[in-house]
Amino acid sequence: MERHFDEQLQTLKLHLMKMSALAETMIGDALKALVQRDESAIPLVYEREEQVNRLQIEIDEMCLTMIALHQPAAGDLRFIMGAAKTNSDLERLADQAVNICNKAENLLKEPPLKPFVILPEMARIAREMLHDSLHAFVNRDVAKSRDVLVRDDEVDRMKAEITVELSAYMASDSATISRALALVLIARNIERIGDHATNIAENTIFVVEGRDIRHHADHRPAGK
Amino acid sequence: MTTQTLDAIISIRNLDLHYGQFQALKSVPLDVRTRKITALIGPSGCGKSTLLRCLNRMNDLIPGCRVAGKVLFEGRDIYASGEDVCLLRKRVGMVFQRPNPFPLSIRENVVFGLRVAGVRERARLDTIVERSLTAAWLWDQLKDRLDEPALGLPLDQQQRLCVARLLAVEPEVILMDEPCSALDPIATARIEELMIELKKRYTIAIVTHNMQQAARISDFSGYMLLGEMVEFGPTAGVFTSPKDKRTQDYVSGRYG
Repeated sequence: MERHFDEQLQTLKLHLMKMSALAETMIGDALKALVQRDESAIPLVYEREEQVNRLQIEIDEMCLTMIALHQPAAGDLRFIMGAAKTNSDLERLADQAVNICNKAENLLKEPPLKPFVILPEMARIAREMLHDSLHAFVNRDVAKSRDVLVRDDEVDRMKAEITVELSAYMASDSATISRALALVLIARNIERIGDHATNIAENTIFVVEGRDIRHHADHRPAGK
Repeated sequence: MTTQTLDAIISIRNLDLHYGQFQALKSVPLDVRTRKITALIGPSGCGKSTLLRCLNRMNDLIPGCRVAGKVLFEGRDIYASGEDVCLLRKRVGMVFQRPNPFPLSIRENVVFGLRVAGVRERARLDTIVERSLTAAWLWDQLKDRLDEPALGLPLDQQQRLCVARLLAVEPEVILMDEPCSALDPIATARIEELMIELKKRYTIAIVTHNMQQAARISDFSGYMLLGEMVEFGPTAGVFTSPKDKRTQDYVSGRYG
């Protein structure tokens, strides 16, 4: 029997997809501002942040009301809990795009420190992780979620590489410190985007399989 | 709650009701909004069924029952002298706690009200049987068994047959007094989905002991206690952030 409640679950999914699409575009625009030195992309990021914030509140209200009115159980309950957590990850992830934008704004006032090599690729992977993790969440796709978890290691590795490279610049020429530091922080922002996508992937595995794999919790003996 | 709401098909202001010396309703207000589900919740004896029965004057049948105050149905006071109670009960029909089909065939149950009203044409009755059973989600299962006894049906089909019997006389408001209390959870879910479907065309007021049921299906909820309307508002608000401490205690299971 198709339940009235299923329609509400569907609406919740659509809201999450809308929020994720906004966040993806924000990351794209922030990187465009930074890499292509295109100032016109900056106001778009701030505009979308407002939309993301409104959606966050709306989605939280939906989850609260659905739990209060429908007393969901089992898979439905896990999905709504997962949706609320994913909601919070999406909002924080969009904040990272705003942080990148803030730093890009300052960097555009100075000449470029060096050509971009790893950073755009790192951002591309992180953005793809976001896309895949959210689609896996709404489609209950565990295999795709596990793939997101694997790619997070690649993003972490790139962040370490960028940090080493930029440290060398700072050590050799103090005039590069403010720009190099900003770039390290941007690499850190991108890495955080990957972390939030990872959280969403972990939420999916919890929703589908009922197992909490965070902090290797599934390797602990039962009941601990 | 003191001004009449425009989209309310039934509006009650300051309704007092006594059973002999006992005051069962104390200055109760209620708006039943058109094509919405309004639920009355509260502990046993709080007056919710009494209030529901005021909406089509079912309490008239109880000796010693006195009503004071106004119950406006589409703006007319149904307790005014000269009101046609039979017509009122046709327009504001009721489904009871236990399914109560008549010991007749499925078909005769559906057309009972029409026969009483003198409708004889077979073709018209057949049309109404199909339309009413379809609306109550019974047509597909029962269309080849219309002459079988209604009392042979499972309880939830009996209850939906009672809904079909009501729909046959084209009511505007459907009152439901604990319509699922005799049903198991699956049958209950079917009736609940049916109610959500029916509200596209009808206005529904329901009394339920099952708070979760009110939460799941209703648009507006009223919490009653000791004959008073403690809180009334959109259901989502009543169940997520009730304004009155007593409502908070009841909906979170801390009452008593």
